[in-house]
Amino acid sequence: MKAPLATAVAIVVGLLVLAGYIVPIPQLLAIRTIVLGWALILVAVATIVGVINLVRVHWLKVTRKEGRDIFSVVFLLAFLATVVGAVWLNPTSPLFQQVIMAIQVPAESSLMAILAIVLAYSSLRLLQRRRGLLAFLFVVSAVIFLFLSSGLLSGADTVWPLKQIILLLNRLPDAGARGILLGIALGSLVAGLRILMGADRPYRG
Amino acid sequence: MIPGQNDWIVGLSLIVIAAVALFGLAVPLRSRVRRIFRVIPGIVRLRRAIGLTVENGKRLHVSLGESSLTGNSSAAGLAGLSTLERIASLSMISDRPPIATSGDGALSILSQDEMRVAYRDGNAIEQFDPDRGRLGGITPMSYAAGVLPVMRDEQVSANILVGNFGSEVGLMTDAAHQQQAFVIGASDSLPAQAVLYAAGEEPLIGEEIFAIPAYLQAGPFHQAGLQVQDILRWLVIALILAGIIFGILGINLL
Repeated sequence: MKAPLATAVAIVVGLLVLAGYIVPIPQLLAIRTIVLGWALILVAVATIVGVINLVRVHWLKVTRKEGRDIFSVVFLLAFLATVVGAVWLNPTSPLFQQVIMAIQVPAESSLMAILAIVLAYSSLRLLQRRRGLLAFLFVVSAVIFLFLSSGLLSGADTVWPLKQIILLLNRLPDAGARGILLGIALGSLVAGLRILMGADRPYRG
Repeated sequence: MIPGQNDWIVGLSLIVIAAVALFGLAVPLRSRVRRIFRVIPGIVRLRRAIGLTVENGKRLHVSLGESSLTGNSSAAGLAGLSTLERIASLSMISDRPPIATSGDGALSILSQDEMRVAYRDGNAIEQFDPDRGRLGGITPMSYAAGVLPVMRDEQVSANILVGNFGSEVGLMTDAAHQQQAFVIGASDSLPAQAVLYAAGEEPLIGEEIFAIPAYLQAGPFHQAGLQVQDILRWLVIALILAGIIFGILGINLL
């Protein structure tokens, strides 16, 4: 009985929230707000469960007999220090925020720096890995838009033919992005409908 | 008439049309009518990679991205979950069960659920291990940092990145290349699609993210969903063209 009950609840709640979005009736809007509030609480609880699972996985990596992971020790110590610090000082404390940011910002900046190098290298290798018109157009458009956004043409946007060409070129990414986003929106709509119809039930385990 | 006043009627009409078409197209598919879809090279290679991974006793890694189920990107997360269930079913006979990572707590719990369903339906529930559905990290960069060790240490030979990512997905594709592992990527985010096109092996563009479960035979509703997307696409094209024509003629319909 567990799955049919869960499915019925999911369908009813989903329809109520959807109706709250599209039908302009104040009562439905109120129901939608309450249900989404509950959903946010559940998501927060799910995050705690996920973090506990993450700690458990790293604990198992540290305590297994073979192939112990030294980075898991670092993770567990950092996690413990963060939890103790947050409980001791309060998560909104400026000192606690400062300490966390002093660690997190440089670490994430380093990853961004690595990412920049990785992407530059991948772009250089793109035509080697993938031959074809689409790959060629991708590289050419990347070079053109790098050039356009470099500021080298900043004085040229008043000259008659260049101004029109730059305007036209700047419209192209918008058109492409809208086309892709329309496709994704339609796919999202159909994915949502499958959930509302109970045909797709990721919660039935 | 106030512009936008009747938007909800348009929205509701679109939803009703899509729902009727989805139901109507899925019912004949239940009676084993097989639809032929166009070939997507990336998915052909994915099927081959699943087979090779199982044969070689290696592991598949499904990365579900950072979709929040209460946010705009939830559909990408749902597509990832359906993909995960099919991959878990297809690779059930493997010595090493697939591993799923996600950047959202609810998504990680649902990934465990999906794998449990796949193993239960395949009468192999004893093989199910909840630790194979993991939270990688809850910010984009911490998620990428949490996924990299999984790709490196867990004998992964094929990575399926399906969900909402940012440009940090480039770090994951690079890690896969360093391990000489297959990688296929699909995302609903435009920056991630651009990065996957440049750095990935087999990028899926746009709505192809929603096609993966259907191409892996996830069920009649997934296959009917692709046909509904095609119908809606033509409808949107017709509406855009009609809007242009009426706009030129100076007629405002809404």
